[in-house]
Amino acid sequence: MKATVHVTLKNGVLDPQGKAVQSALGGLGFAGVEEVRQGKVIELTLAETDPEAARASVEKMCRELLANTVIEDYRVDIEG
Amino acid sequence: MRAAVIVFPGSNCDRDVAVSLRAATGHDPIMHWHADTELPKVDLIVLPGGFSHGDYLRSGAMAAHAPVMREVKARADQGVAVLGICNGFQVLTECGLLPGVLMRNQSLRFICRDVFLRVEATDTPFTAHYAPDQVIRVPVAHHDGNYFADPATLDLLEGEGRVAFRYTDADGTASAAANPNGSRRNIAGVLSANRRVLGLMPHPERLADPLLGGTDGAPLFSALAESLAA
Repeated sequence: MKATVHVTLKNGVLDPQGKAVQSALGGLGFAGVEEVRQGKVIELTLAETDPEAARASVEKMCRELLANTVIEDYRVDIEG
Repeated sequence: MRAAVIVFPGSNCDRDVAVSLRAATGHDPIMHWHADTELPKVDLIVLPGGFSHGDYLRSGAMAAHAPVMREVKARADQGVAVLGICNGFQVLTECGLLPGVLMRNQSLRFICRDVFLRVEATDTPFTAHYAPDQVIRVPVAHHDGNYFADPATLDLLEGEGRVAFRYTDADGTASAAANPNGSRRNIAGVLSANRRVLGLMPHPERLADPLLGGTDGAPLFSALAESLAA
């Protein structure tokens, strides 16, 4: 079973890296990029076969290590 | 005072802080490997600067879950003093012993230079040898030193006098120009509620001997030696 974790900065948390990417895109001539927010994607392969149990387990991983919930939100996608 | 310096894979200021502790106490601290859960009885635990686990995922995130950290947290709860410098501060926020988080510097650049700090709290075992509002010069060397917490947490820290150090200019003014990394309210170091845990981004151990070009960091270690004398 595969799990994909998307870790993104919370609204209101300044993202200097996103700002730098936005500025670089403008420099390359890509007009109209109004905002860039940079995050992380983490892919996990799990032995678990029950989607609900897998989700519960990965959400616990997010809370304990994969995301810092002071500044980050996370979203878990389970497939197959 | 008995001190232990926790050594993580990627720590690189562990021996520097050991030199400062030896100068202040007259004897060597215990150098304690992070995977060893049998932490001897000590009066001070130091989490040193460096790049534990290569700063993978987030600075300090892996080290915060090192085998010894469960014991470090238990000792902190019992009132044992814990000092986290630079990467050690990042570990303290990641493991929940201190609030907030150290984000990427606002400039996105690694910053390595001397800064001025104003001592904001002197009623702690770490800062008792400084004068209130004293301005000291110590180096910073970090990529992720941009202190962030939500406004309610920042207000709580200020209200309880838990901001230990603030980035200022040489005159002690906490201006935007004197803020090297974008930290909220120029915060360079914070204390736990019981004032026994201190995390700070600057490196007092790097200016604690005349041979290094300054001694403004030395009072932090002499204060610990006196406050925590057995």
